[in-house]
Amino acid sequence: MSASTMTTARGRWLAWGGLAAVLIAAPWIFRSSLALNMLSQMGYLIIICLSYNLLLGQGGMLSFGHAVFTGLGGYAAVAAIGYVDGHGVAFPLVLMPLVGGLMGALVSVPLGYVSTRKAGTTFAMISLGIGELVVAFAIMLPDLFGGDGGISINRTYGKPWGGITFGPQIQLYYLIAAYCFICTALMYAFTATPLGRMLNAVRDNPERAQFVGYNTQLVRWYSFIIAGFFAGVGGALGTINFEIFNAADSLSGMRSGAYLLFTFLGGVTFFFGPMIGAVLMVLCTVLLSEITAAWLLYLGLVFVLMIMYAPGGVASLIMMNVRMARAGKLGRFAGLYGALVLACALLMLGASALIEMIYHMQLNAAIGSEVKYLGMRLDAATVAPWLGAVAVALIGALAVHQVGRRFAHAWGKAQEEIEAGLQHGGQTA
Amino acid sequence: MEFFTISLLNGLSYGLMLFMLSSGLTLIFSMMGVLNFAHASFYMLGAYFAFALSQSVGYWPALLIAPLAVGLVGAAFEQLCLRRVHKWGHVPELLITFGLSYLVLEVVQLIWGRNVVPYGLPDQLQGPLFTLYGTQFPKSRAFVMLVAVLMLGAIWLVLQRTRIGLVIQAALTHPDTVQALGHNVPRVFMLVFGGGAALAALAGVVAGNTYVTEPAMAYAVGSIIFVVVVVGGMGSLAGAFLASILIGVVQTFAVAIDVSLADLLGAAGLKVASGNPMEQALRLTVAQVAPMLPYLFMVLILIFRPRGLMGTRED
Amino acid sequence: MIEGLSGPMGNVGTNQFKSWQYVAAHLNARENPAGVKFEIVPMDSKSSPQEAINLLKAAVDQGIHYVAQGNGSNVALPLADAVAKSNERNPGKEVIYMNYAAVDPASTNEKCNYWHFRFDADTSMKMAALTNFMKGQGEIHNVYLVNQNYSHGHQVAKYFKEGIERNRPDVKIVGEDYVALGQVKDFAPYVAKMRAAGADTLVTGSWGQDFTLLVKAMNDAGLNIPIYAYYAGVSGTPTALAQGKIAEVYQIAYNHSNYPGRMGELMKGFKAQYNDDFYTFSVYNALVALSDAMAKTKSTDPVKVAAALEGLRFDGFNGEAQMRATDHQLQLGMWISKWQKVDAKNSYSVENTGYTFAPVKYLEPYIASTPTSCQMKRPGK
Repeated sequence: MSASTMTTARGRWLAWGGLAAVLIAAPWIFRSSLALNMLSQMGYLIIICLSYNLLLGQGGMLSFGHAVFTGLGGYAAVAAIGYVDGHGVAFPLVLMPLVGGLMGALVSVPLGYVSTRKAGTTFAMISLGIGELVVAFAIMLPDLFGGDGGISINRTYGKPWGGITFGPQIQLYYLIAAYCFICTALMYAFTATPLGRMLNAVRDNPERAQFVGYNTQLVRWYSFIIAGFFAGVGGALGTINFEIFNAADSLSGMRSGAYLLFTFLGGVTFFFGPMIGAVLMVLCTVLLSEITAAWLLYLGLVFVLMIMYAPGGVASLIMMNVRMARAGKLGRFAGLYGALVLACALLMLGASALIEMIYHMQLNAAIGSEVKYLGMRLDAATVAPWLGAVAVALIGALAVHQVGRRFAHAWGKAQEEIEAGLQHGGQTA
Repeated sequence: MEFFTISLLNGLSYGLMLFMLSSGLTLIFSMMGVLNFAHASFYMLGAYFAFALSQSVGYWPALLIAPLAVGLVGAAFEQLCLRRVHKWGHVPELLITFGLSYLVLEVVQLIWGRNVVPYGLPDQLQGPLFTLYGTQFPKSRAFVMLVAVLMLGAIWLVLQRTRIGLVIQAALTHPDTVQALGHNVPRVFMLVFGGGAALAALAGVVAGNTYVTEPAMAYAVGSIIFVVVVVGGMGSLAGAFLASILIGVVQTFAVAIDVSLADLLGAAGLKVASGNPMEQALRLTVAQVAPMLPYLFMVLILIFRPRGLMGTRED
Repeated sequence: MIEGLSGPMGNVGTNQFKSWQYVAAHLNARENPAGVKFEIVPMDSKSSPQEAINLLKAAVDQGIHYVAQGNGSNVALPLADAVAKSNERNPGKEVIYMNYAAVDPASTNEKCNYWHFRFDADTSMKMAALTNFMKGQGEIHNVYLVNQNYSHGHQVAKYFKEGIERNRPDVKIVGEDYVALGQVKDFAPYVAKMRAAGADTLVTGSWGQDFTLLVKAMNDAGLNIPIYAYYAGVSGTPTALAQGKIAEVYQIAYNHSNYPGRMGELMKGFKAQYNDDFYTFSVYNALVALSDAMAKTKSTDPVKVAAALEGLRFDGFNGEAQMRATDHQLQLGMWISKWQKVDAKNSYSVENTGYTFAPVKYLEPYIASTPTSCQMKRPGK
């Protein structure tokens, strides 16, 4: 992972200040109740995805079982709230996510010990196996884990804290935002600690790290525990947000898969990549799925294309452009970018029209053959829309191919110029 | 005695089915180091293709054509997508097969709908083969066992006795040397991936009408084939065979054991208090836990013997 | 309607969405007593309780006052809770939750809730009806229970044991197995156990692959004992059943496939329009009850409608049904139906397989009725 992109103190203040400002101001810009919900979800998902990237991006440990830690963190919070509520102990909601974090860390100790001997495929398979085991057992023990109906809590338990009950969503949002900011800062600080640096080293070249005298397993294990802590915090906030813990849902392999998918989409090579991933996750699962029935297909396509053409995720795409802009060369791409966007738009228009029509015929044929697409009404029973969509898609594909080639060529040239400039100037990027 | 024999037979047939499912995956994993998440998707495609084909040309031609078709799909995927990602390491390769599994699921649902499809057995495979102690053993299961054994034999033959097989084996341990010797290693990769996909599809053709053909079938077998490959060990077909039989037999016999930890404690004189939070966990019987045993195996193997039962090299 | 429309249970959810649309269209057409036009707004929860709660908040935002859900008590229980909390925290934006298929008894017992109304029979009711039917089945002596290993499966076993103790204490339960949900591919070992135990009847609440594969394994091994099941008619299961030999499968449900009269018309019309089967009859009851309640109060205000729904008697698909006021559980009769080839009398082909669920016996509402422990908190009291 590349070093901090903001090396100047001013740059750092800007970044963190910006984050804080966005967190505070967001509910005032997006005022609907749905938006507030989505923002709350983004808040704790950011923590979860960042904790996941601690393993994947920084440690090279691909985990298919991250939901175990987030889920158990949520379980601890729910159990604690249930206990506190039932026994009248004064333990404020504000501290509950820490209970979740502790649980996450606790569970990581034994699980991490067995998983972290090796990274890579071995680690991935162990995480898959453990994930399946935990879910299966949790479902089989409804007395402990709440069964099908789950365990529900009331987040307004106890006495109000200076007038704040956490009943209204906006109050909970600010709690989540506060935790989000603090956890992000802490995880960022972790990357700068010796342990964090050694984790990167262990990821890149475990043998050499051993030569330097570090026990690779210990490094991985400690990082695993820290990641588990933050995962627990995120998971606890999630269950507090929904006031329900459901074993089959919170611990499921599909959830782990979603964390993986979106963290990767956001970008694993940059610290802020998972944050983008968390935002995308909420947007896709809440909004996209309501707009089109084909959302899983689109998601799969985007994911595959992203791996093939931009394995660093959205974050890497942004940073590539930032780098180009810093070198003052971004301007020349205005025309090419315009053409590329147009070409991609054409391709997407044609392809998605086709996909929507196919989905409609498959799922809703009985309602009639008209598909509402971007304000137009396409009659899927006639040939014209199909031909039209195919034509648009083909033209788009050709255009993307042509423009893409030219774009890559120009980009390559610009990169070479930057490198040459660096060599002559001797400055650091 | 009767129960034992029947359970052994069941365990063997289940184990052979597992082997049939995972032989292609072992091949791909050993050869390319890629744990193909989409292997179960190819299995599903094979079943659906066979369903579509058996409605037009009949079951027996479909048995031949469907795996070939899916093999082509696999080879195309390798050529277009996997190869591009190969240079970035194993994690992106795993991820792209993960993405492929999502795509295949959506496309299958798009074409054939979300419900079960009536992919039935041909007349020759219906009915019992023989009756043992009052329990019938169906022809379809015997056919599955036959195909699995044939698969094992065929793969072994190809790997040990043909030139391409020797190249594959060499590329397993020394890919660079093999390439330096002039063999087209990328083409070999494509062949292996396509071959693995075809094997998965064959398993799907045969298992799809013995069991149920529906979109969820890929997810149902997805994890267990990884267990087999990992437990058997990387680079070892024999290991995969051994692991599948072992898992099949153990899981089948475990279902018959209705003993729980609480019972064991009871035998030692300790009674589990009712109402205590751990009660349900202690009362879980081995039979209830049986489907989870393979995962337990996998985790234990990875901890104590990461190269698997008969693996020739670690990851 | 908040339901899983994509993902694993998507096919069932889509079928139910179509059912709601279809019945609503027909009730709108035929001058329903309230003169109200029903519009069904689909919201895809992807079978996740968290998503469902999100969608509930979106629905409240959009001014929707009636929410329907049924596929999965894992969503139903949190959703009912969320509805109660939302109604408490947002007066003026109340929502009534119509549960048309989630059968965890907790929803009308310890977790009962004023704003939740259940239109399906819960697990205890179904088992009460089934065990009552077994009183007349002299050939049943040794029952084997196979269920999925989660709370639903546990409940089926529990209520069956209670019921059979009451109705046929001579029946022995020779074995019981819990199968890990969705994990088992090969049911042959379980069949071997059943045979070794000498079972002559199987009772199961399993659904999906866990049910179809079990039946297949029994067929394959030649174990032809009668099977009493809950969910033999759910989307996909009839097709899978039809591929094997005929097993002797009985279903305990609130309906069967061969209704005369209005329901039969609805089934045929649904099939003609969607090429799919309409089996979630509780939707019909829910809409009729709702329109009757709205007619009674001459309003669509959920607060008033909820009060009217309590204790309401209406004309359901099995005759008169009543929404019990204590726990908001609909009291309705149950049918035992048999899976068999279509014939002259029972001609509706389920999922175009050539098979159907033919009615065997109707059990009156009082037979299926079970007591409740519900202590409901009512608003304003």
